[in-house]
Amino acid sequence: MSITVQIPTALRRLTAGVGQLDCSAANLGELFTVLDEKFPELKPHLRDEAGEIRRFLNVYVNEEDIRFLGGQTYTFQDGDEILLVPSIAGGSGG
Amino acid sequence: MAHFELRCRECGKAWGNQPRSICDDCFSPLEVSYDYDAVRAEFTREKIAQRPPNMWRYSELLPLPQDFQPSFPVGFTPLLSAPKLAREIGARKVFVKNDAVCLPTLSFKDRVVAVALSQARAFGFDTVSCSSTGNLANSVAAQAARNGFKAWIFIPADLEAAKILNTQVYGAKVVRIAGSYDQVNRLCSQIADEHRWGFVNVNLRPYYAEGSKTVGFEIAEQLGWRLPDNVVVPMAGGSLIVKIKKAFDELIALGLVDPKRVKFFGAQATGCSPISTAVKAGRPDIEPQKPSTIARSLAIGNPADGHYAIKTITKSGGWSEDVSDREVVESIQLLAETEGIFTETAGGVTVGCTRKLVGDGRISPDETTVVCITGNGLKTTDALAGAYEAEAAIAPKLAEFERFLSETLDVPEAVEA
Repeated sequence: MSITVQIPTALRRLTAGVGQLDCSAANLGELFTVLDEKFPELKPHLRDEAGEIRRFLNVYVNEEDIRFLGGQTYTFQDGDEILLVPSIAGGSGG
Repeated sequence: MAHFELRCRECGKAWGNQPRSICDDCFSPLEVSYDYDAVRAEFTREKIAQRPPNMWRYSELLPLPQDFQPSFPVGFTPLLSAPKLAREIGARKVFVKNDAVCLPTLSFKDRVVAVALSQARAFGFDTVSCSSTGNLANSVAAQAARNGFKAWIFIPADLEAAKILNTQVYGAKVVRIAGSYDQVNRLCSQIADEHRWGFVNVNLRPYYAEGSKTVGFEIAEQLGWRLPDNVVVPMAGGSLIVKIKKAFDELIALGLVDPKRVKFFGAQATGCSPISTAVKAGRPDIEPQKPSTIARSLAIGNPADGHYAIKTITKSGGWSEDVSDREVVESIQLLAETEGIFTETAGGVTVGCTRKLVGDGRISPDETTVVCITGNGLKTTDALAGAYEAEAAIAPKLAEFERFLSETLDVPEAVEA
């Protein structure tokens, strides 16, 4: 089983320019462990001091916010494409 | 040297002035911070009073480039006393801040776009862009046209027809995305990574968001340099309510108004209420939702400023409410019939929530309450489809009219058989 992770430009300075990574993590926790091992500098940018995912980091699986899929409990499927995206708002009413 | 720069809202790291919205260190949003001592002498009630009636009268507290020349007289919309609306909802001192008539495109988004484009020019962008639920699209398109930028606008495909037309007419390139606003937004942050464009609500976001403060400055000045007791604000991304609070705090810090604890109330549609749900549950963060409401300009299920909006509301002693689509339509009609203001669905949300907050005793009827109307009803007329039946035409004869009049006024009582 293999999944693909897209690293946003803002973080590529911490991954030696790597923008995409294939791995076999089964869930979000495992994925973060893989990223920690491969890119030790990245770790503090993804998780806070308590080890929780940073408040303003959104994780998408095939265009869907992972929180709609069960968050940490979601089991990745073969071919899943994972996006790490900073949270940004917009809209009209405020 | 500018008297402002970007700082991380969480870790405090300074980033100077550049097109960027995220702190690379902790992924948190950036915020414009000012050297208030540098503006203290210029930013006084007396000096402001001598300036033209538009939002540029508060320039010292906006992140504008040094040589900036405004191209539109944006803002300074009416703050109207609303006694009839107040009576209907059981309150006494209600004011409507009416950005339904904000120039140039009839929504409060004109304020934020005006600031964002000033910096887009300074940073050397020739193309500006945004993800939008409609009003922002209109405003970016119009102001880009006048300022000589190319405009690329990304919208959810199911947007109201009027809002699409009101974007295309300015010559902007409209890209319809088969997805929700949250998906459009996520896509735009990826596009902003790849293309050197000025996305007003992505890489220009910290500057853009500061424009919202002018709503707060105007409310205070129009109340005679006093702060209201309560403010009711519609919430989509959650930025406006946070920025009105920042505006009031700045006026207090600079001595233009007396300190006061203003209560902030957030308004959402029940079909997209991540912020009000969190406030009611006492949670510090939102759970994302899949929006389903006619108030499409507020249909953001994953509001990035949700955390800060929740904090602003709860720390102020305020509250957050939400109303059904039926209440949205009724409230649009209520505001129009009582005060002569035709607002869009977001305004229906705000008025409906205000009524609920007064009814539940969250807002005291004797206090001064400002209701923020952020958009114009002419853009969302489809929300009222079916609310009014077309009358049958009558012949152009006086007798015909008199008959019509008596039939209209004297509805005969039903006669029992």
